[in-house]
Amino acid sequence: MQVEFKHNQSAHCENGVASNLLKHQGIEISEPMVFGLGSGLFFVYLPFIKVNFSPAFSYRPMPGWIFKRMAKLLGIKIKRQKFNSPEKAQQVLDQNLKNGIPTGLQVGVYGLTYFPDEYRFHFNAHNLVVYGKTDADYLISDPVMQETTTLTHHELEKVRFAKGALAPKGHLYYPVYIPKEINWEKAIRKAIKKNCNDMLAPVPIAGVKAIRTVAKNIVKWHKKFGVAKTNHYLGQLIRMQEEIGTGGGGFRFIYAAFLQESADILKNEKLSELSKEMTEIGDMWRDLAVQIARVYKKRSNQQDVYIMLSKNMLEIADREEEFFKKLKKAV
Amino acid sequence: MKTNQIPQDDSSLSKKDLKELCYAVDENGNYTTALSSGWEPKSVALNGSMQLIQQRVQNARQMVANGQVSPIVYFMEKNKMDLPILASYVSMWKWRVKRHFKPSVFTKLNDKILKKYADVFDISTEELKNFKG
Repeated sequence: MQVEFKHNQSAHCENGVASNLLKHQGIEISEPMVFGLGSGLFFVYLPFIKVNFSPAFSYRPMPGWIFKRMAKLLGIKIKRQKFNSPEKAQQVLDQNLKNGIPTGLQVGVYGLTYFPDEYRFHFNAHNLVVYGKTDADYLISDPVMQETTTLTHHELEKVRFAKGALAPKGHLYYPVYIPKEINWEKAIRKAIKKNCNDMLAPVPIAGVKAIRTVAKNIVKWHKKFGVAKTNHYLGQLIRMQEEIGTGGGGFRFIYAAFLQESADILKNEKLSELSKEMTEIGDMWRDLAVQIARVYKKRSNQQDVYIMLSKNMLEIADREEEFFKKLKKAV
Repeated sequence: MKTNQIPQDDSSLSKKDLKELCYAVDENGNYTTALSSGWEPKSVALNGSMQLIQQRVQNARQMVANGQVSPIVYFMEKNKMDLPILASYVSMWKWRVKRHFKPSVFTKLNDKILKKYADVFDISTEELKNFKG
Protein backbone atom coordinates (compact mmCIF):
# COMPACT_ATOMS: atom_id res chain seq x y z
CA MET A 1 0.00 0.00 0.00
CA GLN A 2 1.50 3.29 -1.08
CA VAL A 3 0.29 6.88 -1.46
CA GLU A 4 1.66 9.08 -4.27
CA PHE A 5 3.84 11.50 -2.34
CA LYS A 6 6.45 13.96 -3.54
CA HIS A 7 9.55 14.06 -1.35
CA ASN A 8 11.47 17.37 -1.20
CA GLN A 9 14.61 17.65 0.86
CA SER A 10 14.61 20.51 3.35
CA ALA A 11 17.07 21.89 5.87
CA HIS A 12 14.87 21.38 8.90
CA CYS A 13 12.55 18.46 9.67
CA GLU A 14 9.59 20.42 11.02
CA ASN A 15 9.44 23.00 8.21
CA GLY A 16 10.08 20.22 5.71
CA VAL A 17 7.25 17.97 6.86
CA ALA A 18 4.85 20.92 7.00
CA SER A 19 5.86 22.09 3.53
CA ASN A 20 5.69 18.59 2.01
CA LEU A 21 2.31 17.76 3.58
CA LEU A 22 0.80 21.06 2.40
CA LYS A 23 2.26 20.72 -1.10
CA HIS A 24 0.55 17.34 -1.22
CA GLN A 25 -2.73 19.21 -0.59
CA GLY A 26 -1.99 21.58 -3.46
CA ILE A 27 -0.66 24.57 -1.51
CA GLU A 28 2.66 25.73 -2.94
CA ILE A 29 4.55 26.71 0.19
CA SER A 30 8.32 26.79 0.51
CA GLU A 31 10.35 25.79 3.56
CA PRO A 32 11.39 29.40 4.33
CA MET A 33 7.73 30.48 4.09
CA VAL A 34 6.70 27.82 6.64
CA PHE A 35 9.56 28.91 8.89
CA GLY A 36 8.76 32.61 8.57
CA LEU A 37 5.02 32.19 9.10
CA GLY A 38 5.83 30.14 12.19
CA SER A 39 7.92 33.08 13.50
CA GLY A 40 10.73 30.52 13.65
CA LEU A 41 13.77 32.73 14.20
CA PHE A 42 14.78 32.76 17.83
CA PHE A 43 17.50 32.38 20.39
CA VAL A 44 16.91 30.83 23.75
CA TYR A 45 19.24 29.96 26.60
CA LEU A 46 18.12 27.60 29.37
CA PRO A 47 21.00 27.25 31.86
CA PHE A 48 18.88 25.13 34.23
CA ILE A 49 18.23 22.43 31.62
CA LYS A 50 21.16 20.21 30.74
CA VAL A 51 21.42 18.64 27.28
CA ASN A 52 24.50 16.52 26.52
CA PHE A 53 26.04 17.77 29.78
CA SER A 54 25.77 21.40 28.71
CA PRO A 55 23.20 24.16 29.24
CA ALA A 56 20.49 24.12 26.58
CA PHE A 57 20.74 26.60 23.71
CA SER A 58 18.42 26.83 20.77
CA TYR A 59 18.17 29.01 17.69
CA ARG A 60 14.44 28.26 17.27
CA PRO A 61 11.28 28.00 19.37
CA MET A 62 9.99 24.82 21.06
CA PRO A 63 9.55 21.84 18.73
CA GLY A 64 6.12 21.88 17.10
CA TRP A 65 5.48 25.60 17.56
CA ILE A 66 6.53 26.65 14.06
CA PHE A 67 4.06 24.25 12.44
CA LYS A 68 1.25 25.16 14.87
CA ARG A 69 1.65 28.92 14.43
CA MET A 70 1.88 28.66 10.66
CA ALA A 71 -1.25 26.48 10.44
CA LYS A 72 -3.18 28.82 12.71
CA LEU A 73 -2.23 31.91 10.68
CA LEU A 74 -3.28 30.31 7.40
CA GLY A 75 -6.49 28.84 8.85
CA ILE A 76 -5.37 25.25 8.21
CA LYS A 77 -6.75 22.63 10.58
CA ILE A 78 -4.43 19.82 11.64
CA LYS A 79 -5.66 16.61 13.24
CA ARG A 80 -3.28 15.35 15.94
CA GLN A 81 -3.36 12.10 17.92
CA LYS A 82 -1.22 10.57 20.66
CA PHE A 83 -1.47 7.01 21.95
CA ASN A 84 -0.82 4.91 25.00
CA SER A 85 -0.70 1.64 23.12
CA PRO A 86 1.68 0.96 20.22
CA GLU A 87 -0.87 -1.43 18.64
CA LYS A 88 -3.52 1.28 18.47
CA ALA A 89 -0.94 3.76 17.15
CA GLN A 90 -0.06 1.38 14.34
CA GLN A 91 -3.73 0.66 13.52
CA VAL A 92 -4.55 4.35 13.10
CA LEU A 93 -1.46 4.92 10.95
CA ASP A 94 -2.29 1.91 8.73
CA GLN A 95 -5.91 3.06 8.38
CA ASN A 96 -4.64 6.49 7.29
CA LEU A 97 -2.42 4.95 4.64
CA LYS A 98 -5.36 2.84 3.41
CA ASN A 99 -7.36 6.06 3.09
CA GLY A 100 -4.55 7.58 1.04
CA ILE A 101 -3.40 10.08 3.67
CA PRO A 102 0.36 10.66 3.98
CA THR A 103 0.85 11.11 7.71
CA GLY A 104 3.31 13.19 9.73
CA LEU A 105 4.94 11.57 12.74
CA GLN A 106 6.94 12.83 15.69
CA VAL A 107 9.78 10.40 16.40
CA GLY A 108 12.95 9.92 18.46
CA VAL A 109 16.23 10.33 16.60
CA TYR A 110 18.15 7.64 18.49
CA GLY A 111 16.44 4.75 16.71
CA LEU A 112 16.69 6.18 13.18
CA THR A 113 18.95 3.58 11.60
CA TYR A 114 19.52 5.57 8.41
CA PHE A 115 21.34 8.38 10.30
CA PRO A 116 25.10 8.24 10.93
CA ASP A 117 25.93 7.08 14.48
CA GLU A 118 27.23 10.52 15.44
CA TYR A 119 23.82 12.05 14.84
CA ARG A 120 21.88 9.45 16.82
CA PHE A 121 21.22 10.83 20.26
CA HIS A 122 18.17 10.93 22.52
CA PHE A 123 16.25 13.80 20.96
CA ASN A 124 12.54 13.08 20.60
CA ALA A 125 11.16 15.85 18.42
CA HIS A 126 12.22 14.81 14.95
CA ASN A 127 9.53 14.78 12.23
CA LEU A 128 8.97 12.63 9.17
CA VAL A 129 6.17 11.53 6.85
CA VAL A 130 5.01 7.94 6.33
CA TYR A 131 3.49 7.45 2.88
CA GLY A 132 3.27 3.68 2.49
CA LYS A 133 3.71 0.22 3.92
CA THR A 134 5.08 -3.07 2.60
CA ASP A 135 5.18 -6.49 4.28
CA ALA A 136 8.43 -5.69 6.07
CA ASP A 137 8.78 -1.90 5.99
CA TYR A 138 7.16 1.49 6.26
CA LEU A 139 8.01 3.94 3.45
CA ILE A 140 9.48 7.08 4.95
CA SER A 141 9.94 10.60 3.63
CA ASP A 142 12.38 12.15 6.09
CA PRO A 143 12.77 15.74 4.89
CA VAL A 144 16.42 16.09 5.93
CA MET A 145 17.36 13.13 3.70
CA GLN A 146 18.04 13.53 -0.01
CA GLU A 147 15.89 10.52 -0.93
CA THR A 148 13.00 8.62 0.63
CA THR A 149 13.96 5.75 2.91
CA THR A 150 12.42 2.89 4.93
CA LEU A 151 12.15 1.64 8.49
CA THR A 152 11.04 -1.87 9.49
CA HIS A 153 7.72 -2.14 11.34
CA HIS A 154 9.62 -2.80 14.56
CA GLU A 155 12.01 0.15 14.05
CA LEU A 156 9.14 2.54 13.40
CA GLU A 157 7.37 1.41 16.56
CA LYS A 158 10.58 1.98 18.53
CA VAL A 159 11.07 5.56 17.31
CA ARG A 160 7.38 6.42 17.75
CA PHE A 161 7.54 5.24 21.34
CA ALA A 162 10.96 6.59 22.26
CA LYS A 163 11.13 7.66 25.92
CA GLY A 164 12.60 10.60 27.81
CA ALA A 165 11.99 14.33 27.44
CA LEU A 166 9.35 15.22 24.81
CA ALA A 167 8.41 11.53 24.38
CA PRO A 168 6.36 11.35 21.16
CA LYS A 169 3.81 8.76 22.38
CA GLY A 170 3.10 7.75 18.82
CA HIS A 171 2.13 11.35 17.94
CA LEU A 172 0.75 11.55 14.39
CA TYR A 173 -0.74 14.48 12.47
CA TYR A 174 -2.15 15.45 9.09
CA PRO A 175 -4.06 18.43 7.63
CA VAL A 176 -7.85 17.91 7.54
CA TYR A 177 -9.04 21.34 6.41
CA ILE A 178 -7.51 23.80 3.97
CA PRO A 179 -9.25 27.16 3.46
CA LYS A 180 -10.18 28.08 -0.13
CA GLU A 181 -8.74 31.58 0.08
CA ILE A 182 -5.55 32.38 1.94
CA ASN A 183 -4.58 35.96 2.74
CA TRP A 184 -0.80 35.63 2.48
CA GLU A 185 -0.08 39.36 2.94
CA LYS A 186 -1.88 39.54 6.25
CA ALA A 187 -0.35 36.32 7.53
CA ILE A 188 3.18 37.42 6.63
CA ARG A 189 2.82 40.81 8.34
CA LYS A 190 1.48 39.22 11.49
CA ALA A 191 4.18 36.57 11.61
CA ILE A 192 6.99 39.09 11.12
CA LYS A 193 5.63 41.32 13.89
CA LYS A 194 5.43 38.38 16.26
CA ASN A 195 8.98 37.35 15.43
CA CYS A 196 10.24 40.88 16.14
CA ASN A 197 8.50 40.92 19.51
CA ASP A 198 9.91 37.50 20.42
CA MET A 199 13.46 38.53 19.55
CA LEU A 200 13.12 41.83 21.43
CA ALA A 201 11.47 40.24 24.48
CA PRO A 202 12.53 41.89 27.75
CA VAL A 203 13.77 38.67 29.43
CA PRO A 204 17.40 37.55 29.79
CA ILE A 205 16.90 34.02 28.44
CA ALA A 206 15.04 34.77 25.19
CA GLY A 207 15.87 36.63 21.99
CA VAL A 208 18.59 39.27 21.67
CA LYS A 209 18.94 39.53 25.45
CA ALA A 210 19.66 35.78 25.69
CA ILE A 211 22.46 36.16 23.14
CA ARG A 212 23.96 38.82 25.41
CA THR A 213 23.57 36.60 28.48
CA VAL A 214 25.45 33.76 26.79
CA ALA A 215 28.12 36.15 25.48
CA LYS A 216 28.79 37.43 29.00
CA ASN A 217 28.72 33.90 30.43
CA ILE A 218 31.52 32.71 28.11
CA VAL A 219 34.04 34.68 30.16
CA LYS A 220 32.44 33.57 33.43
CA TRP A 221 32.49 29.89 32.43
CA HIS A 222 36.18 30.09 31.70
CA LYS A 223 36.91 31.57 35.14
CA LYS A 224 34.59 29.25 37.00
CA PHE A 225 34.77 25.90 35.15
CA GLY A 226 38.06 26.03 33.23
CA VAL A 227 38.92 25.41 29.59
CA ALA A 228 37.58 21.88 29.02
CA LYS A 229 34.05 22.59 30.19
CA THR A 230 33.85 26.01 28.53
CA ASN A 231 34.96 24.49 25.24
CA HIS A 232 32.39 21.74 25.60
CA TYR A 233 29.63 24.31 26.14
CA LEU A 234 30.83 26.33 23.14
CA GLY A 235 30.95 23.14 21.09
CA GLN A 236 27.30 22.51 21.92
CA LEU A 237 26.50 26.06 20.85
CA ILE A 238 28.03 25.39 17.41
CA ARG A 239 26.17 22.10 17.14
CA MET A 240 22.83 23.76 17.81
CA GLN A 241 23.71 26.48 15.31
CA GLU A 242 25.00 24.36 12.46
CA GLU A 243 23.96 20.74 12.77
CA ILE A 244 21.46 19.19 10.37
CA GLY A 245 18.42 21.34 10.24
CA THR A 246 19.36 24.98 10.51
CA GLY A 247 20.26 25.60 6.86
CA GLY A 248 23.41 27.28 8.17
CA GLY A 249 23.99 30.20 10.55
CA GLY A 250 21.39 29.13 13.12
CA PHE A 251 18.39 29.51 10.74
CA ARG A 252 19.43 33.09 9.86
CA PHE A 253 19.81 32.22 6.16
CA ILE A 254 16.40 30.51 6.01
CA TYR A 255 14.86 33.61 7.55
CA ALA A 256 16.66 35.84 5.03
CA ALA A 257 15.20 33.66 2.26
CA PHE A 258 11.74 34.12 3.80
CA LEU A 259 12.18 37.91 3.85
CA GLN A 260 13.23 37.89 0.21
CA GLU A 261 10.15 35.85 -0.75
CA SER A 262 7.94 38.14 1.35
CA ALA A 263 9.39 41.26 -0.29
CA ASP A 264 7.92 40.08 -3.61
CA ILE A 265 4.54 39.14 -2.17
CA LEU A 266 4.12 42.37 -0.18
CA LYS A 267 5.88 44.42 -2.89
CA ASN A 268 7.97 45.89 -0.12
CA GLU A 269 11.48 46.89 -1.24
CA LYS A 270 12.56 47.41 2.38
CA LEU A 271 12.18 43.72 3.09
CA SER A 272 14.62 42.75 0.38
CA GLU A 273 17.14 45.20 1.86
CA LEU A 274 16.56 43.63 5.27
CA SER A 275 16.97 40.18 3.75
CA LYS A 276 20.49 41.17 2.70
CA GLU A 277 21.19 42.40 6.19
CA MET A 278 19.97 39.15 7.72
CA THR A 279 22.35 37.28 5.39
CA GLU A 280 25.22 39.37 6.78
CA ILE A 281 24.13 38.53 10.32
CA GLY A 282 24.07 34.83 9.37
CA ASP A 283 27.63 35.23 8.08
CA MET A 284 28.62 36.73 11.44
CA TRP A 285 27.29 33.63 13.21
CA ARG A 286 29.26 31.45 10.80
CA ASP A 287 32.42 33.43 11.57
CA LEU A 288 31.80 32.96 15.26
CA ALA A 289 31.56 29.19 14.72
CA VAL A 290 34.91 29.24 12.89
CA GLN A 291 36.51 31.17 15.77
CA ILE A 292 35.07 28.83 18.38
CA ALA A 293 36.32 25.78 16.47
CA ARG A 294 39.80 27.32 16.38
CA VAL A 295 39.78 27.88 20.14
CA TYR A 296 38.41 24.38 20.65
CA LYS A 297 41.19 22.76 18.63
CA LYS A 298 44.03 24.72 20.20
CA ARG A 299 42.78 24.33 23.78
CA SER A 300 44.49 27.64 24.47
CA ASN A 301 44.23 28.62 28.10
CA GLN A 302 44.44 32.33 27.42
CA GLN A 303 41.60 34.29 28.88
CA ASP A 304 41.74 36.83 26.07
CA VAL A 305 40.44 34.36 23.45
CA TYR A 306 37.26 33.95 25.48
CA ILE A 307 36.99 37.70 25.90
CA MET A 308 37.28 38.00 22.11
CA LEU A 309 34.53 35.38 21.52
CA SER A 310 32.34 37.15 24.03
CA LYS A 311 32.91 40.50 22.35
CA ASN A 312 32.08 39.11 18.91
CA MET A 313 28.89 37.54 20.19
CA LEU A 314 27.85 40.81 21.81
CA GLU A 315 28.36 42.46 18.46
CA ILE A 316 25.95 39.97 16.86
CA ALA A 317 23.40 40.74 19.58
CA ASP A 318 23.68 44.48 18.82
CA ARG A 319 23.24 43.83 15.10
CA GLU A 320 20.17 41.66 15.68
CA GLU A 321 18.59 44.16 18.06
CA GLU A 322 19.00 46.95 15.53
CA PHE A 323 17.75 44.62 12.78
CA PHE A 324 14.51 43.60 14.49
CA LYS A 325 13.70 47.19 15.44
CA LYS A 326 13.98 48.12 11.76
CA LEU A 327 12.04 45.05 10.62
CA LYS A 328 9.19 45.86 12.98
CA LYS A 329 8.83 49.29 11.37
CA ALA A 330 9.06 47.89 7.85
CA VAL A 331 5.80 45.89 7.93
CA MET B 1 26.66 32.88 2.63
CA LYS B 2 27.08 32.65 -1.15
CA THR B 3 26.49 29.43 -3.05
CA ASN B 4 30.19 29.13 -3.90
CA GLN B 5 31.04 29.40 -0.18
CA ILE B 6 28.96 26.36 0.82
CA PRO B 7 31.48 24.10 2.53
CA GLN B 8 32.20 20.65 1.10
CA ASP B 9 34.38 19.23 3.87
CA ASP B 10 34.60 15.58 4.92
CA SER B 11 32.30 14.71 7.81
CA SER B 12 30.37 11.89 9.42
CA LEU B 13 27.62 12.64 6.89
CA SER B 14 29.88 12.31 3.86
CA LYS B 15 31.05 8.91 5.16
CA LYS B 16 27.46 7.68 4.79
CA ASP B 17 27.15 9.51 1.49
CA LEU B 18 24.61 11.96 2.93
CA LYS B 19 24.39 15.66 2.23
CA GLU B 20 22.46 18.36 3.99
CA LEU B 21 20.59 21.27 2.53
CA CYS B 22 21.90 24.82 3.02
CA TYR B 23 20.43 28.19 2.11
CA ALA B 24 22.68 30.62 0.24
CA VAL B 25 22.62 33.53 -2.19
CA ASP B 26 23.44 33.01 -5.90
CA GLU B 27 25.42 35.43 -8.08
CA ASN B 28 22.28 37.53 -8.72
CA GLY B 29 21.57 37.95 -5.02
CA ASN B 30 18.65 35.51 -5.03
CA TYR B 31 18.20 32.89 -2.33
CA THR B 32 18.54 29.28 -3.39
CA THR B 33 19.42 25.94 -1.82
CA ALA B 34 22.47 23.75 -2.31
CA LEU B 35 23.89 20.62 -0.74
CA SER B 36 26.81 20.50 1.65
CA SER B 37 28.83 17.40 2.53
CA GLY B 38 29.96 18.90 5.83
CA TRP B 39 31.77 21.77 7.50
CA GLU B 40 34.97 21.50 9.47
CA PRO B 41 34.04 23.71 12.49
CA LYS B 42 30.92 21.62 12.94
CA SER B 43 32.87 18.36 12.75
CA VAL B 44 35.26 19.69 15.40
CA ALA B 45 32.34 20.28 17.78
CA LEU B 46 30.67 16.95 16.98
CA ASN B 47 33.91 14.98 17.38
CA GLY B 48 34.49 16.72 20.70
CA SER B 49 31.08 15.53 21.89
CA MET B 50 31.79 12.00 20.68
CA GLN B 51 35.10 11.94 22.56
CA LEU B 52 33.33 13.01 25.73
CA ILE B 53 30.89 10.10 25.36
CA GLN B 54 33.76 7.67 24.65
CA GLN B 55 35.49 8.88 27.78
CA ARG B 56 32.37 8.40 29.87
CA VAL B 57 31.95 4.86 28.50
CA GLN B 58 35.60 4.04 29.31
CA ASN B 59 35.25 5.44 32.83
CA ALA B 60 32.09 3.42 33.39
CA ARG B 61 33.80 0.25 32.15
CA GLN B 62 36.68 0.84 34.57
CA MET B 63 34.30 1.45 37.45
CA VAL B 64 32.44 -1.77 36.73
CA ALA B 65 35.77 -3.63 36.65
CA ASN B 66 36.68 -2.07 40.01
CA GLY B 67 33.38 -3.17 41.47
CA GLN B 68 32.30 0.45 42.11
CA VAL B 69 29.14 0.44 39.95
CA SER B 70 26.87 -2.16 38.35
CA PRO B 71 26.93 -3.03 34.63
CA ILE B 72 23.76 -0.96 34.18
CA VAL B 73 25.88 2.20 34.38
CA TYR B 74 28.19 0.99 31.60
CA PHE B 75 25.34 0.10 29.24
CA MET B 76 23.53 3.34 30.07
CA GLU B 77 26.59 5.36 28.99
CA LYS B 78 27.13 3.14 25.97
CA ASN B 79 23.59 3.90 24.82
CA LYS B 80 24.24 7.66 25.25
CA MET B 81 21.67 7.78 28.06
CA ASP B 82 21.61 9.54 31.39
CA LEU B 83 19.64 8.73 34.54
CA PRO B 84 16.36 10.49 33.59
CA ILE B 85 16.31 8.92 30.11
CA LEU B 86 17.06 5.42 31.41
CA ALA B 87 14.45 5.75 34.18
CA SER B 88 11.89 6.78 31.58
CA TYR B 89 12.73 3.79 29.33
CA VAL B 90 12.41 1.20 32.12
CA SER B 91 9.38 3.02 33.64
CA MET B 92 10.85 3.22 37.13
CA TRP B 93 11.53 6.07 39.54
CA LYS B 94 14.96 7.67 39.20
CA TRP B 95 15.88 6.84 42.81
CA ARG B 96 15.12 3.19 42.14
CA VAL B 97 17.31 3.08 39.03
CA LYS B 98 20.04 4.85 40.96
CA ARG B 99 19.87 2.14 43.61
CA HIS B 100 20.38 -0.47 40.89
CA PHE B 101 23.68 1.25 40.08
CA LYS B 102 25.09 -0.27 43.30
CA PRO B 103 26.77 -3.64 42.64
CA SER B 104 25.44 -5.05 45.93
CA VAL B 105 21.84 -4.23 44.94
CA PHE B 106 22.36 -5.29 41.32
CA THR B 107 23.41 -8.86 42.21
CA LYS B 108 20.11 -9.34 44.05
CA LEU B 109 17.86 -8.13 41.21
CA ASN B 110 15.39 -10.70 39.90
CA ASP B 111 15.27 -11.73 36.24
CA LYS B 112 12.13 -9.75 35.51
CA ILE B 113 13.79 -6.45 36.37
CA LEU B 114 17.05 -7.43 34.70
CA LYS B 115 15.12 -8.23 31.53
CA LYS B 116 13.60 -4.76 31.54
CA TYR B 117 17.08 -3.24 31.45
CA ALA B 118 18.42 -5.80 28.97
CA ASP B 119 15.55 -5.09 26.55
CA VAL B 120 16.21 -1.35 26.65
CA PHE B 121 19.92 -1.95 25.97
CA ASP B 122 19.10 -4.50 23.26
CA ILE B 123 21.19 -7.25 24.89
CA SER B 124 20.39 -10.53 26.68
CA THR B 125 19.91 -10.76 30.45
CA GLU B 126 22.98 -13.02 30.60
CA GLU B 127 25.13 -10.40 28.87
CA LEU B 128 24.00 -7.76 31.34
CA LYS B 129 24.53 -9.99 34.38
CA ASN B 130 27.94 -11.26 33.33
CA PHE B 131 29.51 -8.00 32.17
CA LYS B 132 32.70 -7.60 34.19
CA GLY B 133 34.12 -4.43 32.65
